[in-house]
Amino acid sequence: MIPTHWYLFLGTALFTIGVIGVLTRRNVIIILMSIELILNAVNINLVAFSDYFRSVDGQVFAIFVITDAAAEAAVGLGLIIALFRNKETVNADEIDLLKW
Amino acid sequence: MLPQIAFITLSAVALASAVMVITRRNAVHSVIWLIVALFSVGGVFLMLHAEFLFAVQVILYVGGIMVLFLFVVMLVNLDVAVKQAQFSRQWQLALAVGIVLLVELSYGVYRGHQGFVLGQVSGPAVAGGNTQAVALSLYRDYMLPVEIASILLLVAMVGAVIMAKRKME
Repeated sequence: MIPTHWYLFLGTALFTIGVIGVLTRRNVIIILMSIELILNAVNINLVAFSDYFRSVDGQVFAIFVITDAAAEAAVGLGLIIALFRNKETVNADEIDLLKW
Repeated sequence: MLPQIAFITLSAVALASAVMVITRRNAVHSVIWLIVALFSVGGVFLMLHAEFLFAVQVILYVGGIMVLFLFVVMLVNLDVAVKQAQFSRQWQLALAVGIVLLVELSYGVYRGHQGFVLGQVSGPAVAGGNTQAVALSLYRDYMLPVEIASILLLVAMVGAVIMAKRKME
């Protein structure tokens, strides 16, 4: 049997990789993919605690997180298409209309 | 011993492919590596006795969301972006912040890990299987959140259509 904190370390590492991806990449599509990585790290934590406490509540919450991920991917990718049609770029640092 | 080997293999594959996702130049390669990472996370769910969630992960994430990503990668012309710099100006600072975050969170987990008592019960928790337990919990205890989630999906669908369509006037 695997200790629960192993799963928590895995979730931590995956979360950090996702955060680094969001902060360093310029391509908006890859930033969205990094957000999916972050959500998966959260799901690992939820399911690990669900297994630890012998209760399915954590899995139900993970299903809600997956629902959110689907909604976020649909809206985010729609935004990227609209953005590309108007600005002809997918680089996050070139989209600075609201900056100054 | 076997579960440990399986866990270490799955997490090594998940972490390596996650690193590949955020370092590849071509967005299609990133999508493929993300599929590998999501499959490994699904394997971790399987090890945690969450069989229904494994199925949801494969069908919804790998089958649904990733196909959506691939479609957008095809719709958006990435030929210019591939030739440009892939990392933003602040990448050194961002990497440092990420490593600090990793150390911080790992230290927190490490300090608290003695609190986990191991091996109280073994095997799946409920009779009737994982899917039945999840279904009972979803449609009995979490009825209202399920309805809210369905409204969220409806709003997201309408929003995505409005966002992606051309101007009609």
